This record gives sequence, C-alpha cells and structure tokens, in this order.
Amino acid sequence: MAKITMTVNGRQVSGTCDDRTLLVHFIRENLGLTGTHVGCETSQCGACVIHMDGLSVKSCSILAVQATGSSITTIEGLAKDGELHPVQAAFRAHHGLQCGFCTPGMVMTAVDMIARHGSNLDEATVRAELEGNICRCTGYHNIVKAILAAAAEMGGARQAAE
Amino acid sequence: MYQTNYHRPSSVQEAAKLMSGATEGKYLAGGMTLIATMKQRLAAASDLVDLRHIAEMKGITVNGRSVRIGAATTHHEVASSAELGAVCPAICALASHIGDPHVRHMGTIGGSIANNDPAADYPAAMLALDAKIITNSREIAAADFFTGLFETALDDGEIITAITFDAPAKVAYQKFPNPASRYAMAGVFVARRDNGDVRVAVTGAGSNGVFRHQGMEAALAGNWSPDAVGNVSVDASDLLTDLHASAAYRANLIKVMTKRAVAAA
Ligand SMILES: Cc1cc2nc3c(=O)[nH]c(=O)nc-3n(C[C@H](O)[C@H](O)[C@H](O)COP(=O)(O)OP(=O)(O)OC[C@H]3O[C@@H](n4cnc5c(N)ncnc54)[C@H](O)[C@@H]3O)c2cc1C
Ligand code: FES
Ligand code: FES
Repeated sequence: MAKITMTVNGRQVSGTCDDRTLLVHFIRENLGLTGTHVGCETSQCGACVIHMDGLSVKSCSILAVQATGSSITTIEGLAKDGELHPVQAAFRAHHGLQCGFCTPGMVMTAVDMIARHGSNLDEATVRAELEGNICRCTGYHNIVKAILAAAAEMGGARQAAE
Repeated sequence: MYQTNYHRPSSVQEAAKLMSGATEGKYLAGGMTLIATMKQRLAAASDLVDLRHIAEMKGITVNGRSVRIGAATTHHEVASSAELGAVCPAICALASHIGDPHVRHMGTIGGSIANNDPAADYPAAMLALDAKIITNSREIAAADFFTGLFETALDDGEIITAITFDAPAKVAYQKFPNPASRYAMAGVFVARRDNGDVRVAVTGAGSNGVFRHQGMEAALAGNWSPDAVGNVSVDASDLLTDLHASAAYRANLIKVMTKRAVAAA
C-alpha cells in the first residue's frame, strides 16, 4: 500500500491505495471527484485528461504513486466563485458538447492548449492538438470553435489586464 | 495490473541500487509504454524504479553545436527547446509529432530509445545524428545500440542517463504517420555534415527495426538534392508487411519521405 499526498484543486489531500492504482481511480474513488471520466483506459481517448504540475496528462496512464507530491487540477477545479471558467462558458455558448462524456477531458485539454499557445491559437493548431481526445458526438467543429473563442477572449482579457 | 512496489530515487546511483535489490524490477520513466503494457499484463514488474525525479537525468544543454539531452527529458521539453531548435530543428519537430500533447508531457527520450519500438521516431534520429547513448556505466554508439525489434545493447539494470551528439549542418525528419496511431509507417531522418558525410536513417519500415540506407546515403553524398533519390532502389525484402501496409508500399514510402526530408533540410 502507498500513502498518497497531493494538492488537488488547491486543497491538500491524502489517502492510501495500492501501488498499482491508477491516478484516475484514485481521483474518482478515493477523492470522490467523478468529473474526470474513464473512456478507453488505454491512453487513446482523452476523457481522463487532468493537469499535473500545470501540464495536461492522461490520468488513466499514470499511477497515483507517480503523482504523489504533485499539484493536480481536475475539471472540478476550474470554475471560480460559481462562475464557469471561460473555456467552460465557451463550450456551452458554442454547443461544444452533446452527451458530455468527452467534455471534461476536452476542456482540460483546451485550457492547457491555451496556456501554451495563448491567443496565437489557430484552427490547424487546435485540430492537431486534439489528436489525443476523441468525441463521438459533436464532429469536433463546435469544440474547435469553442476553443478558438475562449482563446481569443482569454487573450483579450490578458491584454486588457496588462 | 499485477501488484507492484513503487520506488522514487533521487540519484542515478540510488536507482541502480534499488534495481539490483529487486526480483523483477523495471525502470519507469514517462510510463507511456510501460504502464500500458503492465495494464495488459504483458509486463509484470515486481518493482518500479521511477526515473522522473532524478535531476541529473533532466534537461538540455547546447554548447556550440554539441548537444546533451538528459534521458528523463520529455518529448514536450525537446519539442519546445529554443536552444536545441537553433542547432537541430529536426529533433524538435520530431518530438512535436510524437503521439499527442498529453503523451508528450510524460514520455521521455530515454524511455523511447530504451523501448526501441520499430515504429518509434527517436531511434532514427539517434542513428542519423551519430548520437552516443550515455549510461550509468558506459557510452554506446547509436550504431551499436539498436539491436533488433524492442532489443537494445543495454544490460540488465543499466540506465540510460543522457544522449549526446554534434548537430550536423543540415537535418530533417519526415514521417508518414499511420492515420490512426500516428506511429511512423515510414519515417526518415536525414543529416548532412559540412565534410559531406550523409546519413539516412529509416524507422517504421524495417523488419528488424531502425536501419541506415546506404544506397540513399551514397546517392545523396554525391548530389544533395531530392532528385538524387529517384534512381536509388529500396529492397522490399527486409521491410515489414502488416495490416497497415505491404513491404513494397513501405519501400516506396521510404523514397518519398527521403525526398521530402532532403527538400526540407
Ligand atoms: C497514444 C500514444 C501515442 C504514441 N505515439 C508515438 C509516436 O508517434 N512515436 C513514438 O516514437 N512514440 C509514440 N508513443 C510512445 C511514447 O513516445 C513513449 O513515451 C515512449 O515510447 C516511452 O517513453 P516513456 O518515457 O513513457 O517510457 P516508459 O514507458 O516509462 O518505459 C519504456 C521502457 O523503457 C525503459 N526505460 C525507460 N527509461 C529508461 C532509462 N532511462 N534507462 C533504461 N531503461 C529505461 C523502461 O523500463 C521500459 O521498459 C506513443 C505513446 C502513446 C501512449
Ligand atoms: S480513459 Fe484515459 S485516455 Fe481514454
Ligand atoms: S459530447 Fe459525446 S463524446 Fe463528446
């Protein structure tokens, strides 16, 4: 058994699990944060994407013990004070989801993508960066639209703040 | 996944010691290959020795044209290194096309070359760049390192700590990715040094893993241009046939990827 301690959505948490327990199961079952989904569990679909130390990763392909000591953000950590994160709001405004199964991973992927590329994001980059995320409903067009809109808005907000 | 015991050393020495005390231990880097194989129960490591927290195995140093990349450096770090991009842009471009962003944030150069998947990208770069694979006990020339499908010259318990190379004057990598997996169906890394020396290394296509194509090298040493490739024959008998492509198709892809790489270099 391993003792796990990490910061999740800004809160210090700890728990015990097998050394072989996947991070996604620790997050869902030990911490009760079920917003992070398990789609394929074989690192193909991206439903399980979270941020570890500021970078997007597939939590179905990492052991919880590998993440001990790290800082994790899950979909539950994005909204602040009852306000949706701009990426979440853009997915809603642009109809970027249907069944919603892929959405937590898509949103976490989009937030990471925007953090790395800023408002320089273009459609080709967004599509290339969605390589590791599968959506069976939307046909991707509205997801791409939502990400571009959020990038523009967040870039604009950043410029206004500077 | 079978039960396992996780260890997190902070030095190469400590990692090697932990491994020598394990019954069926495995080094764990990004885990992008190893965790998947353990989940399928194709691997059963009694112990996992994590290499991600060893400072001396991380980071990129560029000194003139001489490059050192720590084995635990991620694909994302290689892809986004401006310093490395200034002397060897092709290795950054190669890393930026491995898998997807999430895989690139975890997967490491050391893990990729230790695994020596016949369709992996880095082995082609290592051969074409004449890289040295630095381990905790010796230096191995790339030419002697990749010994077959998923086989390398590494001894039991040996750790790759870094790779080094001198950046050639011209470099480029072109891969034809499998449309579903994005692994190379044929990937060609070309390199030309100022002394006229040319290397053409091919991944994804050889039935024995990565290899150099001497015919291409000779033709390009005489005439460094995409046209030089046209008359070179690529023998399909040593190439892979699988559900994705026949050996003859891959033979043609090798020529096309070489032409594109030379044009891009
Ligand atoms: C969805 C997906 C797509 C991918 N697409 C591509 C692609 O297009 N091209 C490509 O090249 N690869 C691709 N990969 C593989 C990826 O590059 C892996 O990251 C890489 O093969 C293994 O690196 P790792 O750091 O994750 O190693 P791990 O999985 O941790 O380890 C792999 C093996 O190497 C050993 N090992 C690791 N580090 C060392 C070391 N320093 N010394 C000695 N032994 C060591 C381990 O014991 C293990 O046997 C893909 C993977 C996934 C999941
Ligand atoms: S559940 Fe992790 S990638 Fe599909
Ligand atoms: S909205 Fe249903 S899978 Fe993407």
